[in-house]
Amino acid sequence: MKFAMGELSEKFEKQTGNKVNVTFGSSGNFFSQMQNGAPFDLFFSADIEYPKKLEAAGLAEPGTLCEYAVGRIVIWTPADAKMDVNKQGWEILLDASVEKIAIANPQHAPYGRAAVAALRKAGVYELVGAKLVYGENISQAAQFVQSGNAQAGIVALSLAVSPAMRDGKRWEIPEEMHPALEQGAIVVKDAKNKDSARAFLEFVKSAAGRAILAKDGFAFPEKTGKEEKR
Amino acid sequence: MEALWLSMKLAACVAAILLLIGTPVAYWLAFSSWRGKFLLESLVALPLVLPPTVLGFYALVTMGPRGPLGKLWIALFGHGLAFTFGGLILASVLYSFPFAVQPLIASFGGVDQKLLDASAVLGAGGLRTFWRVILPLSLPGVVTAAVLSFAHTLGEFGVVLLVGGNLAGVTRTVSIDIYDHVQSLEYAAANRMALLLLAISFAGLSVVYAVNRRVWTPWAAK
Repeated sequence: MKFAMGELSEKFEKQTGNKVNVTFGSSGNFFSQMQNGAPFDLFFSADIEYPKKLEAAGLAEPGTLCEYAVGRIVIWTPADAKMDVNKQGWEILLDASVEKIAIANPQHAPYGRAAVAALRKAGVYELVGAKLVYGENISQAAQFVQSGNAQAGIVALSLAVSPAMRDGKRWEIPEEMHPALEQGAIVVKDAKNKDSARAFLEFVKSAAGRAILAKDGFAFPEKTGKEEKR
Repeated sequence: MEALWLSMKLAACVAAILLLIGTPVAYWLAFSSWRGKFLLESLVALPLVLPPTVLGFYALVTMGPRGPLGKLWIALFGHGLAFTFGGLILASVLYSFPFAVQPLIASFGGVDQKLLDASAVLGAGGLRTFWRVILPLSLPGVVTAAVLSFAHTLGEFGVVLLVGGNLAGVTRTVSIDIYDHVQSLEYAAANRMALLLLAISFAGLSVVYAVNRRVWTPWAAK
């Protein structure tokens, strides 16, 4: 989300003259902070469950909860990996040269949960379980692979297309293999800049916003469940 | 509980290793008259001011198969250092280094020069003077070094997070476990663990201050 959000806010600032201050972090951390009065106007979460919970707690501006994108996951290896994940898919994870596989912590990271679900669906979870190492979030999982400490990782497509990882090899895991990674947003009820927050959310949902999100590795709700787009 | 036990084990190993390697380093730093000594003193103090994420990131890269240490380790043992208990020990030794060395330097340096001169006049060599004069007089510093490096390793988070990989029973220490509970919104479980950690840390620090204030001497007074 980091890369897409940078671009989205830049475009929005140019269009409207409103300044966007973005704070990046884990959805769970922000959730706890916002329950304790953190002064945010708008909350984009990698898991729509958190905004839903905030709405249930009466902390969201009514009617603003929305699913703005759907996350995709990929198996990613460095460019110099022996195996070609794009051709062999799941198989590379079983290869002896892959000693460690990095994923985000499934206990609290939605991308980690999706990775485990997909591994189970592919029938390889039992075979690779002992190889798994857990990053605190998806970026850290990627860092384990980039530093060479893990040989493959299951990371967000949005991360895999980012400048630092673009050159690696990747294979998009079919989206029907894991529960949809519904990215959700809300405007915060006590937002100081409620109108501009609403405007920014509308911009993200607009065609221009979606074009940026699509380019940076996100899909959209309507497409999930239908045939896979390549 | 597994996480707490793992953390205790890690902290005990790190404290033991730090006493072993910290003692000669502290001795040298306390008594050497080399002019460039301040450079080494700065190096030793560096983990105090560097963010754990920086230390952890460098540790991760150094331990990786392209890093010097990682290469050596793989050649020796056939597997990498990251995501292992050994890797955690190494990273923690670096991270807690000043917590062991600085109290030792302070107490070695605080020994009365007259006693050292007397020992030398009576014919004792450097090593004998160290064992018979400096070390016995520096016991509070040794206790402080041991307890502080133990407690600091127990509370370590950033470095473990970066090089550990969160493996149950191997690298999932108590601070990581607490963080996971908080992230999963399991506040009650996080609270239980956190209180336990707080109690242990408080007890440890109390030992340090009690010993230094001579409220309590764990060894017989002579």
